[in-house]
Amino acid sequence: MSSADAVAGVLWVGVSLYAVFAGADFGAGFWGLVAGGGERGRRARELVDWAIGPVWEANHVWLIFVLVVLWTAFSEAFGSIFSTLFIPLSLAALGIVLRGSGFAFHHSARRLRGRLFAERLFGVSSLLTPFFLGTVIGAVASGRVPVGNAEGDPVTSWLNPLSLLVGVLFVATCAYLAAVFLVSDARRAEAPDLEEYFRARALGAALVAGGLAVAGILVMHADARYIYDGLTHEGLPLVILSGVCGLGALVLLRRAAPRGARPLAVGAVVAVVWGWGVAQYPYLLPQKLTVAAGAAPSATLTAVLIVFGAAVVLVLPALALLYTLVQRSMIEETEL
Amino acid sequence: MSNVLPIASALEAARSQMAFTLGFHIVLASLGVAFPAMMLIANYRGLRHDDADAMLLARRWSKVAAVTFAVGAVTGTVLSFEFGLLWPAFTAKFGEVFGILFAIEGIFFFLEAIFIAIYIFGWKRLPGWAHFWTGVPIVLSGIGGAFSVVAVNSWMNQPRGYTLSHGDVTKVEPLKVIFNPAVPYEVPHMLLAAYMVTGFLVASVYAVGMLRGRRDRLHRLGLLIPLTVAAIATPIQLGVGDTAARAIANDQPVKFAGMECVQHTSTHVTEYLGGRCTADGVKGGIGIPGLDSFLIGFSTDTKVTGLDSVPADDRPPANTMLHWAFDAMVGIGTALMGLALWLGLTWLRRRDIPRSHWFLRATAVSGVAAIAAMECGWIVTEVGRQPWVVYNVMRTENAATGASGVWVTFTVALLLYTVLGIATVVTLRTMARRWREEDSQDEDGGDEPYGPRPSAPAALSGGPG
Repeated sequence: MSSADAVAGVLWVGVSLYAVFAGADFGAGFWGLVAGGGERGRRARELVDWAIGPVWEANHVWLIFVLVVLWTAFSEAFGSIFSTLFIPLSLAALGIVLRGSGFAFHHSARRLRGRLFAERLFGVSSLLTPFFLGTVIGAVASGRVPVGNAEGDPVTSWLNPLSLLVGVLFVATCAYLAAVFLVSDARRAEAPDLEEYFRARALGAALVAGGLAVAGILVMHADARYIYDGLTHEGLPLVILSGVCGLGALVLLRRAAPRGARPLAVGAVVAVVWGWGVAQYPYLLPQKLTVAAGAAPSATLTAVLIVFGAAVVLVLPALALLYTLVQRSMIEETEL
Repeated sequence: MSNVLPIASALEAARSQMAFTLGFHIVLASLGVAFPAMMLIANYRGLRHDDADAMLLARRWSKVAAVTFAVGAVTGTVLSFEFGLLWPAFTAKFGEVFGILFAIEGIFFFLEAIFIAIYIFGWKRLPGWAHFWTGVPIVLSGIGGAFSVVAVNSWMNQPRGYTLSHGDVTKVEPLKVIFNPAVPYEVPHMLLAAYMVTGFLVASVYAVGMLRGRRDRLHRLGLLIPLTVAAIATPIQLGVGDTAARAIANDQPVKFAGMECVQHTSTHVTEYLGGRCTADGVKGGIGIPGLDSFLIGFSTDTKVTGLDSVPADDRPPANTMLHWAFDAMVGIGTALMGLALWLGLTWLRRRDIPRSHWFLRATAVSGVAAIAAMECGWIVTEVGRQPWVVYNVMRTENAATGASGVWVTFTVALLLYTVLGIATVVTLRTMARRWREEDSQDEDGGDEPYGPRPSAPAALSGGPG
């Protein structure tokens, strides 16, 4: 394995972690949005809030990680993607601003009207950001991003059936992950009614996300043949693994099993992310730029690998500490 | 749309958006770097001396930091998007060089985000000193993160550590990139600026409170802790800034010529305060003969490079603004030095803050003044480097995106950030008002820190089943 491949692997680790952690986070915002009024909706929103409060910022640092690794190790691909997909990426950035500020302010806004508005903002942008990021992935996967500064079509590159489908799939996957996570959070909060509430939603979201994933593969057959071939050949074991994990999670959720659904749901998402990576390999931009051709000089790649090693040593234990403290309810919001 | 908006104006839009979003973020970034240190000083005092007021300040400041850190994380994420959205050609070509620094910054930012979460949410259940120590990594990673990001800007000023062949980067030497020649003066300059901005800004809030008659111990301490930090940083900053100016005269002579409106290369160059820069020299302003030469070489015989040393195309634009920005930064810095001295001398004499109302008034405006000085500094370094994005290597016009619609995103950014700024201030003021009400009722709401651990989050359990 070349160091370019190793860094591509590091990038994919970042993408996987972002997909899981930020995905669950976006999805939680989605459930907060659709929880509706009334006592149960209020309690559901409270749980969402309580669950993501301490971790949401750390969750989103993975995006910075992905962006930085991409522009450092595969600068040309980064420039090409961000210039051709200027519109959806600007909209995703807009969503990130609205989401972050909605979250920052609704915690401190005491007056109900301001609080509701900030919450609504948080919910809507939790929907928009993954959707537009999904259209970006759809555009890349279907080979609509050529190499160069804004060389691709600024509109049809991402406004096409495949990209839109991937966008919706992203939203559904986020909702699915979040619901599965919130079932556990509800148990941790000793709220059996909410456990049941999110279990039902997790089942529903699982079916929707699974259906969309199958539809996505069919559309890829027509529109992104390179990825389709990859998914049905080299990537097939991972696609199957994803399906098995997804079904397993479904069964466990159905039976209200106390554990196991969460790792399986995560497995389903991570397997499909890696399936996509394998299907796209050796291309960064399918059939336009390979990992080897698009990689930075070797010293830069080595530096990225060293920094990644340092991150494993420094950041992972810190993250583990954070999540452990959260799981043991040692840290939570205090009124002041 | 590309027919309607010509490329030249897209460049202007991109520059405007970058300047605006960076100028906004830098204030929050400064708070992110320096505020945790002040929070921890108060926390330490609270724990060590059993000082309830200091402890209360630390808790409240951590709530403020939670808001400013969240907004700063958001505006920082926008900046990382802008490397691709606004400057894809720059990043496509040199990302593999300067990106290493951002990769390092990523680690620091990650650690900062993790520990700030633990610290902010850890008041209730973590043991006191353990909680204090979870705050220390925030301070250290803030310094490390600032180093990494500012070093990127230093690299743009003094690009080193790469080899180009046929326009492509073929070889990178990471250590030469990381420790480029502008790092030793630019990084400390910005770090100190962050501590000054935060110190004066936080102190100014309490100065306003004291001017309105709230002269309790909480306000005194709230003024004294940040103002002391800022007062220590200010004289160091003056020395660092002076060194930086001399280094720039050497490393980026055209930028320096722009800052000082030096048209022709010569010796015995006059230093102008203010004035209007024209091709025939400075009109108006206060001129001190020979001082400019003296400042950069300690002798009036020192030769100062003029703007005429390079073709007109290679000179920075908006000379008068550049010159004024530089003068304003130095002027405000000097005034803040006066404030620092005032506090320092009074404290040495009688262990108290100056009694004069004018001291509180000066402190009350020092926060905004420090921000203005820092923004001027960024104008100097960024506008002064133009027309280059990478000094003498890549022109800014060749770095910008070919996509159309930057005017739209700039307009949206302008509106959105205005709302964001207002919302941040309103939120913080609402919090402050609530705290004042609590203080006047003298209730502590049963929310003492470091208490025992309840079995389950009370708000959620035992709902309708």
